[in-house]
Amino acid sequence: MTTVEEKKDLIKEVLEAYPEKAAKRRAKHLNVQEESKSDCGVQSNKKSVPGVMTTRGCAYAGAKGVVWGPVKDMVHLSHGPVGCGYYSWSGRRNYYIGTTGVDTFGTMQFTSDFQERDIVFGGDKKLAKLIDELEVLFPLSKGTTIESECPIGLIGDDIEAVARKKAKETGKPVIPVRCEGFRGVSQSLGHHIANDTVRDWVLPKADEYRQLPEGFESSPYDVNIIGDYNIGGDAWPSRRLLEAIGLRVICQFSGDGTFNEVVMTPLAKLNLIHCYRSMNYICRYMEEKYEIPWLEYNFFGPTQIAKSLRKIAAQFDETIQEKAEQVIAEHEAEMKAITDKYRPRLEGKKVMMMVGGLRPRHVIPAFDDLGMDVIGTGYEFGHGDDYKRTADYTKDGTIIYDDISGYEFEEFAKQLKPDLIAAGIKEKYVFQKMALPFRQMHSWDYSGPYHGYEGFAVFARDMDLAINNPTWSLINNPWETK
Amino acid sequence: MTQENTNNLNTSNVAEAKVQDHFDLFHTDTYQELFEYKRQFEGAHSPEEVARIAEWTKTWDYREKNFAREALTINPAKACQPLGSLFVAAGFEGTLPYSHGSQGCVAYFRSHLTRNFKEPFQAVSSSMTEDAAVFGGLKNMIDGLANSYQLYKPKMIALCTTCMAEVIGDDLGAFIQTSKQEGSIPEDFPVPYAHTPSFVGSHITGYDNMLKGILECLSEGKKQETTNGKYNFNLGFDPYVGNIRELKRILNLFDLDYTILSDNSDTFDAPNTGEFQMYNGLTTLEEAGDSINAEGTFFFQKYTTPKTQEYIGKEWGQQTFNFRPFGIRGTDEFITKLSEITGKPVPQELIDERGRAVDAMNDSQAWIHGKRVALYGDPDHVFGLVNFLLELGAEPVHIVVTNSNPEFEKELQAVLSASPYGKDATIWGKKDLWHLRSLMFTEPVDLLIGNSYGKYLWRDTKTPLVRIGYPIFDRHHLHRYETLGYRGTLNLHNWIINTILDELDRNTIIPAKTDISFDLIR
Repeated sequence: MTTVEEKKDLIKEVLEAYPEKAAKRRAKHLNVQEESKSDCGVQSNKKSVPGVMTTRGCAYAGAKGVVWGPVKDMVHLSHGPVGCGYYSWSGRRNYYIGTTGVDTFGTMQFTSDFQERDIVFGGDKKLAKLIDELEVLFPLSKGTTIESECPIGLIGDDIEAVARKKAKETGKPVIPVRCEGFRGVSQSLGHHIANDTVRDWVLPKADEYRQLPEGFESSPYDVNIIGDYNIGGDAWPSRRLLEAIGLRVICQFSGDGTFNEVVMTPLAKLNLIHCYRSMNYICRYMEEKYEIPWLEYNFFGPTQIAKSLRKIAAQFDETIQEKAEQVIAEHEAEMKAITDKYRPRLEGKKVMMMVGGLRPRHVIPAFDDLGMDVIGTGYEFGHGDDYKRTADYTKDGTIIYDDISGYEFEEFAKQLKPDLIAAGIKEKYVFQKMALPFRQMHSWDYSGPYHGYEGFAVFARDMDLAINNPTWSLINNPWETK
Repeated sequence: MTQENTNNLNTSNVAEAKVQDHFDLFHTDTYQELFEYKRQFEGAHSPEEVARIAEWTKTWDYREKNFAREALTINPAKACQPLGSLFVAAGFEGTLPYSHGSQGCVAYFRSHLTRNFKEPFQAVSSSMTEDAAVFGGLKNMIDGLANSYQLYKPKMIALCTTCMAEVIGDDLGAFIQTSKQEGSIPEDFPVPYAHTPSFVGSHITGYDNMLKGILECLSEGKKQETTNGKYNFNLGFDPYVGNIRELKRILNLFDLDYTILSDNSDTFDAPNTGEFQMYNGLTTLEEAGDSINAEGTFFFQKYTTPKTQEYIGKEWGQQTFNFRPFGIRGTDEFITKLSEITGKPVPQELIDERGRAVDAMNDSQAWIHGKRVALYGDPDHVFGLVNFLLELGAEPVHIVVTNSNPEFEKELQAVLSASPYGKDATIWGKKDLWHLRSLMFTEPVDLLIGNSYGKYLWRDTKTPLVRIGYPIFDRHHLHRYETLGYRGTLNLHNWIINTILDELDRNTIIPAKTDISFDLIR
């Protein structure tokens, strides 16, 4: 199946399984990338079809699980019943350095564990008391964020009032995040809501909260890493590259980040954003309010790393530009050794992807560096601007799917016969049961890092070990012929 | 771990394909320096202050403050209702678990179950958003049932709620009727349902509610004059698929005709044949419906399924039994009962297995005798473990059950009090793993037994952890083994004893320092 027309027919065929109304809705989210078009031509950021298996999460997952959760020295409270906090406990591998339970709280689960009486009488008093208890048990915490779960918004608790009162009493930030799961159509709104709480509850008081390092003087090379959640340690090789070209990273927002780093963000000269989807909002705000420009970068694979380093260096003087060239040159031999080793094993292999924020497009060039071919891609919760950006990366004839359902994904895979599927945990074993090699691209399948030069080496090895795993050849037994 | 700096930016002109991943990369000097440099921006407390507070968290003073909390829960050992609902529903033939409410919940349930079993887990939701919060979720359910029925072709849809649907007060029974009238699904299509708000009970409550809902729905109008001669068996929220298979083997040895209510052993452990199969629940709808005509029903988890048990006793007029076939005596009681109801002697095969398990326990008992143990988990899960530990002469000390209840505590306390090894045990009902941390620092134990979340306690208190329970995310394939019956006893025994021996080796591994007792033979 090669031509655009054939693939369009495939989409039509797959949609036939749906009731008419659902088929009509889903049709708008599936398309084939055509050359010379600057857009993938799919509708996005719309409600999922009820009863159809979506991979999407909710606003709470976006706010607590993605944006605020990795800020390591604060307590992030799952406010409401026990479940949401329980399922999002330690699930995302946001690596950090710190003493957990003392000055760091990243892999702990804090919940108000709502009971029926809290639903009936409201939970504000309990919340206030709970913040006092946090103060007693975790004196070194730098503050609290309150991530509200579905019932909070429905019963009308005034968590903002509690937050204001308790911030005053404790002298530490208490930030109410209205990220009830029913808000919006996916986790995407949760990212936006979390960004807005930084805008409304943190940055206005930044001067008051900020602790400047001893002898801190602003330098023209101060930058922030925005939207890298340090999954498997990703933000660290990225930070290292930026420091290697002579920049000074003053804030990681939010992987391995601290509250102090968050309040230092306005001091930087440039915001460097990795996950555009989850954090563009705060970058736009800082641009408007503090005139800090922002720039997207992509540190997947040597081609994009070089391109991004040059793009970043171009914002600075010649010293930085020279250092960038030097860093790129220094890694050439090492990267060639990686591609020499792995490319012959991976050349021409076809990949289908479906991930969240940035990876459905950003990872494509890393596959290209290994001679692999991405034939289908799409987002769980992308918006129009994500799909516009995706067109820069995809080839003619790439099948594009927004909020793909389990059924569609399986049917596409059966027909297009990829050599590798790269998606999330909920998809992993479905495809492995179909004897299709798979890598989780949310968690790097417990591997990583994948960012930066060191990350590419790990990425290349992982694609090899997935595709060339000898156990795939054991699946067919010798007694039956298929 | 290698500490050498093998990846310096300025010296990497050696052209070899070197892969250093997160296990060792971040231990290199380069990254250690990077972390140190970053600290200046972090606004962090001084290492001395962190060390001081860290020490304080280990004290009795901290413990008292920790136990004084009333509003805050930290690291609870319980999940919420719908997880249990989906888990039990998945054991029925062709059944699609459906969660009515906001869609994020189902994403979490699917991920959580998938991570434990390393198997696909399929479930859908009504994808309710703000408009449903205002107007109710009826429209979502009408569309949702139509779509899931047509697309996934289930034989049954088992519908539970989330807290959202409960707070806005959606009427499930009426909604399902309306959906049928609207033609979403055929009139006679089974849609059992359960109200499963997350602010009531825990995952085991949801298990009970859904099981009852399914049995009510499928058995309606199926009551016969005479029994079908079979017995029903329910294992409760038991994550060990090996247990269902072991139970079936034992029942077959007695030639007993049975129905497993809900047999999800293949759902969570399907063979890899190169084809994905969406439904693997093994309890047929016909068998489940006919379970109303059984001679009686066995429950292995008394505190997981109180409502279902009461329903079967009262509404079906059936005899119900509680057995916990864990450890030697628990299994003995169960096997004796099977012999009694079948009128058959205990098969020699089981007698031999019993003898082997007892033999193994005799062989290694010395290594566990008097060892102090902390454990946590669901009530019945803890119950079985405590019984087994007492049989071995181990001493349960801290028993944490976040989803506890007074009746369970009373029953377990009686067991503990009756044993010389149970005298020092305290049952900590409604407490969480942060309470347990204080307990383990102030009154240390030799061994910790629980799920993967216990690894943080293992790190902080250096107490070796035996992973038994749900979820186990960081070790592979344990759920495939059985923990019930004599064979299961042998598995539990094996895991516990060998964890103790591994720890001994770890403590005696430094050459010329601690390796005096680094013995070959133990």
